Amino acid sequence: MDARSHETIQRDPNYQELVRRRSSFGWTLSLIMLVIYFGFILLVAYAPKFLGTRLGTGVTTIGIPIGLFVIASAFVLTGIYVSKANSKYDRLIRRIVEG
Amino acid sequence: MKKLSYLLATALFASLPMLAFAAGTIDGGTKQAVNWVAIGMFVAFVAFTLGITYWAAKQTASAADFYSAGGGITGFQNGLAIAGDYMSAASFLGISGLVYTSGYDGLIYSVGWLVGWPIVTFLIAEQLRNLGKFTFADVTSFRLGQTEIRILAACGSLVTVAFYLIAQMVGAGKLIQLLFGLEYWMAVVLVGGLMMIYVTFGGMKATTWVQIIKAALLLMGATFMAGAVLYKFGFSPEALFARATEVHPKKTAIMEPGGLISNPLSAISLGLALMFGTAGLPHILMRFFTVKDAQAARKSVLYATGFIGYFYILTFIIGFGAIVLVSTDAGFLDGGILEKTKSGIAAIKGGSNMAAIHLANAVGGNIFLGFISAVAFATILAVVSGLALAGASSISHDIYAMVIKDGKANEKDEIRVSKIATLFLGVLAIILGIIFENQNVAFMVGLAFAIAASCNFPVLVMSIFWKGLTTRGAMIGGFLGLISAVVGVILSPAVWEATLGNPKGSAPVPLDNPALFSITIAFAGIWLFSVLDRSARAKVDRGGFDAQYVRCQTGIGAAGATTH
Repeated sequence: MDARSHETIQRDPNYQELVRRRSSFGWTLSLIMLVIYFGFILLVAYAPKFLGTRLGTGVTTIGIPIGLFVIASAFVLTGIYVSKANSKYDRLIRRIVEG
Repeated sequence: MKKLSYLLATALFASLPMLAFAAGTIDGGTKQAVNWVAIGMFVAFVAFTLGITYWAAKQTASAADFYSAGGGITGFQNGLAIAGDYMSAASFLGISGLVYTSGYDGLIYSVGWLVGWPIVTFLIAEQLRNLGKFTFADVTSFRLGQTEIRILAACGSLVTVAFYLIAQMVGAGKLIQLLFGLEYWMAVVLVGGLMMIYVTFGGMKATTWVQIIKAALLLMGATFMAGAVLYKFGFSPEALFARATEVHPKKTAIMEPGGLISNPLSAISLGLALMFGTAGLPHILMRFFTVKDAQAARKSVLYATGFIGYFYILTFIIGFGAIVLVSTDAGFLDGGILEKTKSGIAAIKGGSNMAAIHLANAVGGNIFLGFISAVAFATILAVVSGLALAGASSISHDIYAMVIKDGKANEKDEIRVSKIATLFLGVLAIILGIIFENQNVAFMVGLAFAIAASCNFPVLVMSIFWKGLTTRGAMIGGFLGLISAVVGVILSPAVWEATLGNPKGSAPVPLDNPALFSITIAFAGIWLFSVLDRSARAKVDRGGFDAQYVRCQTGIGAAGATTH
């Protein structure tokens, strides 16, 4: 479907933009996820009492919203990537394919 | 027609143990009450999924149909199937059981199981779809030496699948024993037998649909349970937690991290295994080949992450619901243990893994108990089917077609080999399931994740992103990762002390999960031996990177979906 060699595609500015944007964004988001998760693990390991701090007068502790935040962040970060890929990256890829 | 009669015959054979069991209980032999509702619902599930298998079998002709459902699964369907692979009986019953006994600690595990998914989306999913066809070895061997890399990938896949499969089979036997009162060996044979039918006749299409149906049923059941629990507390989690801290012997300690994770290094190591193991499990990676293109692949992970995250929040509520409703109800407790320990938590009938099952009874009565029991059984069936298919693909596609036949295998032969491999794996799983009946297999899932994270994942990610990777570097680093993961697990407290019976504190490696050092060894080995590699092959390996990277980024030349 595409006669262009990979050398030609590599010189295509659309391709260069795609690679630059996608890899920096992908690695940045991965790093954010790692920081959030290992931040949580380190809290569990070194500051369990902090996670046990009560919210107001009830028994619910701050660890509950923090745990839910880590779960939600996994979904939200994935969502951010997917929406960006659906709009920006797919458009660039279409341009590259069409030459 | 021939296929259908085979199917019916095997189905009849598979249901024989159940009939025998039913007859046995009429004589009044077993302790467990016969739950006819559960059996009825399970039989309905099996009948329905066999119908699907028959439908899928008619459409499964080519290798692409068998391995990847012809690439015709949508992103949403694949998301459900991936979530289904992940929502195994171990995570449903195990995590709700962990919340039941330790409260907050259960949440720590759920979080760990989930956070690998974003990484899969950002770095693996689309790249995999663009480069591969049937197995992840298609990707790792894209520009590297076929024979060596296929063998490495097959070893990594098969070892991962084997440990995961043993853990699932033993879990299945125990669970079904408890739920249905079936003999252990019968349960294992039943699971193995049905799995062989699904996979050999229906291939990936049947395996995927069984998983989708089960995932939907499990999500519905868990939603109902969590909803019923919250309803009793006016939809106030605070009221639920307050009541739980009153009745639980650990009191308010269940609202904070407990002793489960005491050693920080151990916690980080487990975290690494869970996070990167997800991105190296062959039965999960395979699912990215069942969708049409890279866009569908990325969407499917978004759906999967959403479903899995939601499901883990439900298991947390279910665990707390069980503390309040199960541990306080004498009907669910073992009188003898209650007498001794004075704790409803410790006295739960069948152990803490039964927390969710008893809760189903408490909130929905016998019919709902039957439903959840049947779903738990279906879960095991669906997960082992996916595992068997991944293992069989590795044998038939990587070893037979690409190594033995040097990529020139005839498609019919390749499919036949994969079916034989499935039967072989099924029989092996049954035998190993029976051998390991009385062994502690809890470490095996952790081991599977550690191997996936230390062998499959490093080779995969380096082959996609690092130009300098060579065949020799991947081989040496990959095997070093595999070996150090296995050795690390054997020398860990979980195996050295708990399973092999050595004295406490004598384990040479203090970490329960070796991922921290085995992943490091793998990456360091891959890097070092690639950099040092001056062979002619290394030139070819590095020279092939640019073309691979263009395809990986753009999808130009990627294997398309076959149409029916």
